[in-house]
Amino acid sequence: MAKILLEMKSITKTFPGVKALDNVNLKVEEGEIHALVGENGAGKSTLMNVLSGIYPYGTYEGDIIYDGEVCQFNQIKDSEKKGIVIIHQELALIPHLTIGENMFLGNEQGSKMKINWTDTYGKAAEYLKEVGLDESPRTLIKDIGVGKQQLVEIAKALAKHAKLLILDEPTASLNEDDSKALLELMLQFKKQGMTSIIISHKLNEISYVADKITVIRDGSTIETLDKEKDDISEARIIKGMVGRELSDRFPRRENTEEKLKNAEILMEVKNWTVHHPIDKERVVVDNVSINVRKGEVLGISGLMGAGRTELAMSLFGKSYGENITGQIIMNGEEVVFNSVHDAIKHKLAYVTEDRKGNGLILSNPIKINTTLANLDAVSNHSVIDKDKEYDVAVDYKEKLRTKCPTVEQNVGNLSGGNQQKVLLAKWMFTNPDVLILDEPTRGIDVGAKYEIYCIINQLVAEGKAVIMISSELPEILGMCDRIYVMNEGKMVGELDGKDATQEIIMSHILKASSKGE
Amino acid sequence: MNKAKAFEVAKKLTMIIVLVLVTAFFAVKTGGAILLPMNISSLISQNAYVFILATGMLLCILTGGNIDLSVGSVVCFVGAIGAVIMVNMNVNMYVAILIMIGVGILIGAWQGFWIAFVRIPPFIVTLAGMLIFRGLSNVVLDGMTISIKDQETFVKFFGGGADCYIPDFFGNGSLNLTCLFGGILAVAVFVILQLKDYFTKKKKGYETGNFAGMIGKLVVVSGVIVWVAYKLAQHKGIPSVLIWVLIVVIIYGYITSNTTVGRYFYAVGGNEKATKLSGINTNKVYFLAYLNMGFLSALAGMVTIARMTSAQPTYGQSYEMDAIASCFIGGASAYGGIGTVPGVIIGAILMGVINLGMSLMGVDQNMQKVVKGLVLLLAVIFDVVSKRGGKLIEKN
Repeated sequence: MAKILLEMKSITKTFPGVKALDNVNLKVEEGEIHALVGENGAGKSTLMNVLSGIYPYGTYEGDIIYDGEVCQFNQIKDSEKKGIVIIHQELALIPHLTIGENMFLGNEQGSKMKINWTDTYGKAAEYLKEVGLDESPRTLIKDIGVGKQQLVEIAKALAKHAKLLILDEPTASLNEDDSKALLELMLQFKKQGMTSIIISHKLNEISYVADKITVIRDGSTIETLDKEKDDISEARIIKGMVGRELSDRFPRRENTEEKLKNAEILMEVKNWTVHHPIDKERVVVDNVSINVRKGEVLGISGLMGAGRTELAMSLFGKSYGENITGQIIMNGEEVVFNSVHDAIKHKLAYVTEDRKGNGLILSNPIKINTTLANLDAVSNHSVIDKDKEYDVAVDYKEKLRTKCPTVEQNVGNLSGGNQQKVLLAKWMFTNPDVLILDEPTRGIDVGAKYEIYCIINQLVAEGKAVIMISSELPEILGMCDRIYVMNEGKMVGELDGKDATQEIIMSHILKASSKGE
Repeated sequence: MNKAKAFEVAKKLTMIIVLVLVTAFFAVKTGGAILLPMNISSLISQNAYVFILATGMLLCILTGGNIDLSVGSVVCFVGAIGAVIMVNMNVNMYVAILIMIGVGILIGAWQGFWIAFVRIPPFIVTLAGMLIFRGLSNVVLDGMTISIKDQETFVKFFGGGADCYIPDFFGNGSLNLTCLFGGILAVAVFVILQLKDYFTKKKKGYETGNFAGMIGKLVVVSGVIVWVAYKLAQHKGIPSVLIWVLIVVIIYGYITSNTTVGRYFYAVGGNEKATKLSGINTNKVYFLAYLNMGFLSALAGMVTIARMTSAQPTYGQSYEMDAIASCFIGGASAYGGIGTVPGVIIGAILMGVINLGMSLMGVDQNMQKVVKGLVLLLAVIFDVVSKRGGKLIEKN
């Protein structure tokens, strides 16, 4: 048996309120390609961040044994010194520097006072050759495509003398040819004795390159499959990824199918197409048509980057994207939203997935956040009635059971669950007919999740429609009357909530991915 | 969490405490000279432009720590135009005032357009404005000084010239009774409004805060107002320019704390993306901040030429720095979203006291700059460190 290069033993990592990793074990043999699979939020990236020292030694429990010794990494530099190099999904290249400059960033050739440019570009050319990239090392990063940029990242890793290469979703933004080339490169490295860990959602790729597959679910390792011994078909992997019991984590809704069938359609979107705001050629949302009925909870499922948020934001007053085409029909009438203001006026609300970045003003109190999107409702001729504002905030605080001493409290001091409630309150106060909730329970604890689900049920009971975007399949299955599956900008499936299972949704996504469009 | 809150409270009071300490320091060092009625009066008239400009600057800074470097040049340019049209072209004073305000607003719109809609960084746009309007001032004045001594009504209207005080309607002795009554009236209005607010809140069952604390605040503020009024009454009375300053401060204090537009300034500075996604036109907010800065620069320009009874191409130099410094010392955040008009006024007074105190002590002009620079740096360090929860060094 080959030598074990890396062993992560009983790794447990806790964030305030959440156990992200719970007693995770991972063994990687020298010279193998080891795949790490799991749903969004299962803990794969957290595990890799522990390994690379982004979460320094002491902030987690457990041991990392690498090359026979126990390691205590305090920063990325420490792990890189040992030859552990991680390539993140978001490429870390600087567009206006050359390939060579990027490759040796933080690792400059020559002395501190004088960079040796001959060495820089000479060595860069060698590494480029090794990864099979035919470009001058003096080319600017911005002038080459994403596929080539990915190769530069790998060359950069080689320049750091990588012994263990970790690739996080390396093919997520690549087309089929580039993906194929990348996988071949991995196999070629393997022949030369390199050890790799690959994180990917594309199970066909994993089946193709991986020697072993470790499945992570809810922060725990479930199993490790060996290509030699076990069945590593996609169906088998999916089973490992999602095989979890659905218990009573979702409040019931008294709403018969009949009622929904006859309910009026509140919002309908036809042939909605959106282009990327910078890369205007790229289609982010591709000819999507959806509709939602009064009293319905509609789910939009898909992996991260499927275009769900982009769809929602482009619908919401064109707050994302360029060259947007398509129709929106609300309450039977075609409407055009040129601004967020228009959308709010027509009773659409979008509750962002990024509550800290896009949703709340953390340095301001609850009451100010609650009224911000509908300030006119608490003012007379542009003068704010502060007493009324206070009343509104208290009212929602009680209705949603937000835990806070007073509504004068700054939102930044609340827990994630309570912040989410303030965000919901803010949008409920605009009195919408249709609410788009983007990852409404991301990063909040189980108790708060349940309360958010109750609020959703209450909203639809009042005759509103809720469109829920979520990466958590159990949540989608537990809450939604109907589910759309989205992948790479397209709607690839529509399911009835009753009939849907995690396996069906996953296979819809994976089938579409494997086509490699 | 509590540490951050403690910092917040400390910050609210620190500048007031610092102001008191600094004043006491200079009172001792100057043998009480800084507290002489004459000096208090001149503290107000000398710094009138700072109060006005700092109020406008606060709106810019609120939108995200953005500053306006052009205000000094705009003050000079507007003053230059006013002097030229009133003196050389014999334009009626009121028409001239309208023209000056119009020019200020146009300049504000010009800079605001580039900043808000084209999103050129404010630093660049206003640096350009600083050069452009300084140059144009020279062109308009032909490099000369124009005296507006003869425009008596104008000078008096904006609180300049020899007789720049509100006339005394009642008194006949050494004490200006109008001024004293004015002070007492102001206290009465202030106390009534505060109490009314407190009791309505109480009646409706809202959170009111500590009653004793509020009474304490009322007593201290009233005491200060009456004391200042008494001092001013001993020296010719209310400087007319104080009326302008009070109008600006009260109006803008109200706008920032009680109107929807005011709220938008804080929201944009607090989180622009969230504000945008709340259906608020953030471009418009930026535009308004700079438009308004142009307007207040025009007002400051009129106050400045009235005080100097002339227009010169060198007027207004480094006024922008006084305004910016006052904002930051007065608790405005360098990242935007935080700051109040009263806070900024306290910052401006602190700067004024330091200036005046050092001048009275005969400290060299250059050393004065050193001290002011250090005070500004300390104030912003305090802001940044308190935001980080008291940690001095940013984690790498």
